[in-house]
Amino acid sequence: MLIVYGGEEMEFFQAILNMSASSLAQHFVNGFSLGSLYALIAIGYTMVYGILLMINFAHADIVMMACYFAFFGITVFHIPWYLTFVGVIIATAILGVVIERTAYRPLREAPKNSVLISAIGASFLLENLANYLFSGRPLSFPDIPLLSQNIAIGEVQIQAICLVIPVMTFLSLAVLLHIVNHTKTGMAMRAVSKDYEIARVMGVNIDRVISTTFIIGSALAAIGAFMWGVRYPGITPYLGVMPGLKCFIAAVIGGIGNIKGAVLGGFILGLGEIFIVAFFPQLSGYRDAFAFIVLIIILFYKPTGLLGVKTTEKV
Amino acid sequence: MKNKRDILLTVAGLVVLFGAACYAQFEMGSYVRRIINLCLIYAIIGLSMNLTNGFAGQFSLGQAGFMAVGAYVVGIFTVPVELRPNVFYAEPMNPLIADIQMPLWLAQLVGGLLSALIAFLIGWPVLRLRGDYLAIATLGFSEIIRIVITNAQSWTNGALGIKDIPALNDVRYIFIATAITFLFVTCLINSSYGRAFKAIREDEIAAEAMGVGLFKHKCMAFMISAFFAGIGGGLYATLLGTVDPKNFLFTLTYNFLLIIVLGGMGSITGSMLGSIIVTAGLEYLRVFDEPLELFGMAIPLFRPGFRMVIFSVLLMACVLFWRKGIMGTNEFTWEKFMAFCKNPVKYFTQKGAN
Amino acid sequence: MSTVLKTESITMRFGGVTAVNELKLNIEEHKIVALIGPNGAGKTTAFNMITGVYTPTEGKVKYTAPGKDEVDITGKRPSDIAKMGIARTFQNIRLFKDLSVYENVMIAKHLHLKSDVFSATLHLPWYNAEQREMEKDVEELLRKVDLWELRNEKASSLPYGQQRRLEIVRALATGPKLLLLDEPAAGMNPKETAELTEFIRQIRDEYNLTIFMIEHHMDLVMEISDWIYVLDFGMEIAQGTPADIQNNTRVIEAYLGVDEDA
Repeated sequence: MLIVYGGEEMEFFQAILNMSASSLAQHFVNGFSLGSLYALIAIGYTMVYGILLMINFAHADIVMMACYFAFFGITVFHIPWYLTFVGVIIATAILGVVIERTAYRPLREAPKNSVLISAIGASFLLENLANYLFSGRPLSFPDIPLLSQNIAIGEVQIQAICLVIPVMTFLSLAVLLHIVNHTKTGMAMRAVSKDYEIARVMGVNIDRVISTTFIIGSALAAIGAFMWGVRYPGITPYLGVMPGLKCFIAAVIGGIGNIKGAVLGGFILGLGEIFIVAFFPQLSGYRDAFAFIVLIIILFYKPTGLLGVKTTEKV
Repeated sequence: MKNKRDILLTVAGLVVLFGAACYAQFEMGSYVRRIINLCLIYAIIGLSMNLTNGFAGQFSLGQAGFMAVGAYVVGIFTVPVELRPNVFYAEPMNPLIADIQMPLWLAQLVGGLLSALIAFLIGWPVLRLRGDYLAIATLGFSEIIRIVITNAQSWTNGALGIKDIPALNDVRYIFIATAITFLFVTCLINSSYGRAFKAIREDEIAAEAMGVGLFKHKCMAFMISAFFAGIGGGLYATLLGTVDPKNFLFTLTYNFLLIIVLGGMGSITGSMLGSIIVTAGLEYLRVFDEPLELFGMAIPLFRPGFRMVIFSVLLMACVLFWRKGIMGTNEFTWEKFMAFCKNPVKYFTQKGAN
Repeated sequence: MSTVLKTESITMRFGGVTAVNELKLNIEEHKIVALIGPNGAGKTTAFNMITGVYTPTEGKVKYTAPGKDEVDITGKRPSDIAKMGIARTFQNIRLFKDLSVYENVMIAKHLHLKSDVFSATLHLPWYNAEQREMEKDVEELLRKVDLWELRNEKASSLPYGQQRRLEIVRALATGPKLLLLDEPAAGMNPKETAELTEFIRQIRDEYNLTIFMIEHHMDLVMEISDWIYVLDFGMEIAQGTPADIQNNTRVIEAYLGVDEDA
């Protein structure tokens, strides 16, 4: 992507020079909030992968469903948005557990590819169900003036949600890291992700650990989805797909199974995407390709991801 | 194919089927022919997907992307030169390719080869890594292909798509393409390379210790698979007569996933059966998308989108409850067929006993 | 006697753990050499370094095919090492479970195939000639080890002892000069072990092999080995002939003294 002709290269530096501090700050805030959203969703992927060694394709569609839940709560049932927010988290967590129970648990001893297919099936089913139940027409995420208003800081115009998103992300991350590192459940989770068999033999209740993982991952996805909806208000059955792919990539480039890595990966992708578009407006059509190119480059140089540790399969 | 008799029978079978294809071409309506053609094309792509996913055990989800490559090459190079200004009305076609026109078979071949080349470029970094990254990389690739196609206006006409592709609703031509694919994949699987693929699927570490180069063989399977997906995509383009990026959403890949899961991962004849069932089934399920009235009462479930819900439930049900699919990793053989013809009851009771 | 395999102070660390520490092996042609030691001594890790599954953190592995020059095989891909003539079996049998006995062995012949994938697919004459050659060899091999009757059985359906035997046969089919056996007698009863002892000797002579094996059955090791290396906590603590080892006090302390089987 950096291969540009001589003339355009000049343009690029010119563009940076011309870019005032305020618009740079603007892009940074946009990138940082997008990165925070990616990070929140990526955590769900990385946790499930860390424990079950599977790509939870349905995670993206859990995000999508959460947006619809919010829509129904606020727009259809007129529940205050903060109550809806809590409700959405609960409903989404339940959905995550239901998917795990029905689509993944029966296949726990099955070959890996079967589980992958089941995950794809679950994802596809959620998309088609949403399409069928809520129609394919885009719905508009309910407007929450408090969050969607513009705030002026100096010359920079910022949507309030852009400030809320990183705060929520870091709060959630702090809570999550506390759970993982300082509670018994967290210890069990780490044990299962380190060695599934040994953890089971040592009496860890695997089913409970996995359910907890799905609850946490889905709850974070719900938080992310709610803020996503405020920031990018169009809801469609396929809204989760692209962000989902990118967030999985974020988890991979950060080092799959590593929560901090997922967050790092999320920020790299979020900031990278926004700045690419800011600096090379002519490439904006290729914005969605950015994540995949980063993926290929990083995997090539560091196959375990940035914060990943090398694991050796026992032979 | 163990002996002369089986080869003869297979050839005879193909000749009979070709006869049937000719009959279909002359005697059947264009709608039915279209469905038959779609079955055949889906069979090509199902086979190609089974090669990587079923035989070599590498989980690739790039079929829609490789199809798009093949379809666009056919689209770009078979539209008659004089019609092109009409098609590329928003932005004229890139002068590099504006005057190149190819016959269908050549364009198809170029499309297949380009697909294989792209497969190599993706496989080169990704196939060395943990298996399931391939799923994401290929899924991502098939989206990138769409992004590139949408943006490369002067090459692909972008989101407007390419129309006026010489339409081919010829069962014979597509049958021959399918038969060639079928024979190629069968012969490949029955060769030493096919065994090497299966070895990788069964146990990568053991395969490598027995001298099977993992990267080389995975790459080989992946490229051959992409080649045939490209060929299938080219045929798909001629069947539709138009292509546009929306034809190749990654959800298209899920059709082939259902085909190979239903038919049996690692069974060639299973993929053939699967493609017939899935294609015909998807057509048949269209009734679910129409409002239905029974005895003057509207059945509330029937409205657009219901078909795809059923489709996805089928995919889930298949992998949850019927993981081996119709054929498992077994194949149709003439021997079994004869045993069945001689005494169907005994055939099944014996099978049950095993 | 010339050396087939030599390791120059190979060391393998996993994070902070040193699984094998400066191991020096010297394996001579046509010998049966055993590597023994308590569980977790690093024996399989040593095998994995030799066969390319792991790249040693330090040190070099050098291999000399009979009649050829010495080559440094450190860090080469396992498949390339197999092609050079080192074959192995695995501690927890790794057969191609869903494939037939016949296919399992045929796969091991694949590495010598010269035809490319297109001539193979199109079954061109030169491929067919190679294929026939492979089929002949495999039939001969399977008949010799009494697995021919079972050739169409799934590998996983064989009884345990047969599976171990099949794994050795599969390794043999690659045409090795050096055969590495990782606990070939694990889980076998005394009668089966005795048969295995005979089998190992027989293949050594018939195929002119050098054999390097990890084994816990001391009666097997002591009876069959020309030379023994003893490993404990990743370090070599002794080497010598079976008689030397049996009388070595360090070995007895570290290993034999606590092993009731011995």
